[in-house]
Amino acid sequence: MDLQQPILETTNLHIGYTTKRGVQTIASNLNLSLASGRLISLVGANGIGKSTLLRTLTGIQRPLEGTVLLSNKIVSQYDALALAQNLSLVLTEKLPPSNLTVFELIALGRQPYTNWLGRLSEEDHLKINEAIALTQIGHLVDQKHYEISDGQLQIVLIARALAQDTPLIILDEPTTHLDLFHKVSVFKLLKKLSQETGKCILFSTHDIELAIQLSDEMIVMTKEKVVQDQPCNLISQGVFDTLFNDTSIRFDGTKGTFIIT
Amino acid sequence: MLKNRTTLFFGLLTLALLLAFLLNISFGQVAIPLKDVFKSLLGGSTDKATWDYIILNFRLPKAITAGLIGIGLSISGLLMQTLFRNPLAGPYVLGLSSGSSLGVAFVLLGAGIVPAFLSQFLLSSYGIILASCLGSLLVLLLILVVSQRLRDTMTILIVGLMFSSFTSALVTVFTYFSTAEQLQKYTFWSMGSIGNLPWNHIGILAVCIGIGLGISLLTLKPLDALLLGEHYAKSMGLNLKKTRYLIIFSTSILAGSITAFAGPIAFIGLAIPHLAILLFQTSNHKILFFATVMLGAIIMLICDLVSQMPGMDFTLPINAITSIVGAPVVIWLIVQKKSIR
Repeated sequence: MDLQQPILETTNLHIGYTTKRGVQTIASNLNLSLASGRLISLVGANGIGKSTLLRTLTGIQRPLEGTVLLSNKIVSQYDALALAQNLSLVLTEKLPPSNLTVFELIALGRQPYTNWLGRLSEEDHLKINEAIALTQIGHLVDQKHYEISDGQLQIVLIARALAQDTPLIILDEPTTHLDLFHKVSVFKLLKKLSQETGKCILFSTHDIELAIQLSDEMIVMTKEKVVQDQPCNLISQGVFDTLFNDTSIRFDGTKGTFIIT
Repeated sequence: MLKNRTTLFFGLLTLALLLAFLLNISFGQVAIPLKDVFKSLLGGSTDKATWDYIILNFRLPKAITAGLIGIGLSISGLLMQTLFRNPLAGPYVLGLSSGSSLGVAFVLLGAGIVPAFLSQFLLSSYGIILASCLGSLLVLLLILVVSQRLRDTMTILIVGLMFSSFTSALVTVFTYFSTAEQLQKYTFWSMGSIGNLPWNHIGILAVCIGIGLGISLLTLKPLDALLLGEHYAKSMGLNLKKTRYLIIFSTSILAGSITAFAGPIAFIGLAIPHLAILLFQTSNHKILFFATVMLGAIIMLICDLVSQMPGMDFTLPINAITSIVGAPVVIWLIVQKKSIR
């Protein structure tokens, strides 16, 4: 393992909710470290707390205990603008109806840098064009965002996050609703981006088999523990067998697939 | 290509605005030839001395008022439609105008129950503006609180309608306890009128609308961010609370001051932003802002023109005209499900 400067680091992080009935801990003692240039996937069964973890890492939700350091500063101490310059998101929610073109949508990623009227400077145009070139969507820029396919829209949203020019990009289930071809192309794109731009890219997904093949590291959430390691190590440790609380779903380490027995 | 189209449309709108303005001044119970309208506006004198008097004291103030009202209501509609992510939002539909009515009714009908020195202030034009703005602010805040809990856009509209009925019911209670004279005053106000405003009132209105527009300029960039939804907007550094307050403040001033002077005017705030979006095919709020300003002024001038068609020796209530123009637009919007969703 090469020693790289972590962009995001958690120490003794406990996540969960504080409700009227008391504190509900979802996961505790998380010591995660996300380094630049790495593609890291977050997997786990439905309802295990992936969203809660992402919400805590992005500063939307307060940790119950412990700290989240983003670029050496506690995430909750950022003001909205500075946070937007260090962390960009790709969310699962549907976009509200509008007439935005693909170019305008990507250009919105420059908002943390533009003036009060949102005028794009030369540098802004440079970053936008760079994002368009990296994601190879030059042919789409003049189309309205509702005219393109779901797979293309997902890539456009990734381009928007790129234009935001942050060391860390977090994507929430970017491959849901896509067919296998588009899932693979999104994964490959993320892999390429992490290598070429040196950004750290963290994404949650249910496409575990694909994630195993393409991620540099994985964070696996199970009821008992949360582990971060390289996919091959996780396989040899048998972590994926415990992923689902069901003995009939078994992970075949040699083939890299789940088998139902 | 797209830029040229936008420039072309703005050019056409400028011409249309000029034309609507001149025609508005030219037509009325006494038709004044366009040539003389030009002369008079440029400081010369017309063929008849009465025309000069009519233009300077009646037609010009009315045309300016119409323009200001059109601009103010349309912009408040534009801001609310993006904030609520709801194509049917607008100052009238969401009950802002009813809120203003309640404020004004409170002042016009209820001034008798407060001490004399206070009622004197309340009945002045400043008092009425203040009451009207506070009324619309109150309703907008209530709707905002409710809309935090209800994510569904249609329910927010229904809540807006409920607030409307609620406030009108309160107004009815007020009217029950008021004198015939007070009642008449209120009824005339509520029919909506944009004539008969003295120059100093137009000045106050212009200042209020200027403040409202100035604040709404600050919200154009945040509104663009909100096109991706609140979560994305926040992730791009948007201060959602501040933006909300700016929008609430400016729409209350715009809708409140206009309603105070001209009575509740329906549908302009709802329909104009859609016309602007339809015409310019964009969601860029910098373009939409100016498009909405111009279209608002043009349509209001035309509505006013229609309300006193030449050959009729009476003036229809402006509210009726805007409703006749605006209601079909709303129906068309609902039929066109695509834009509602």
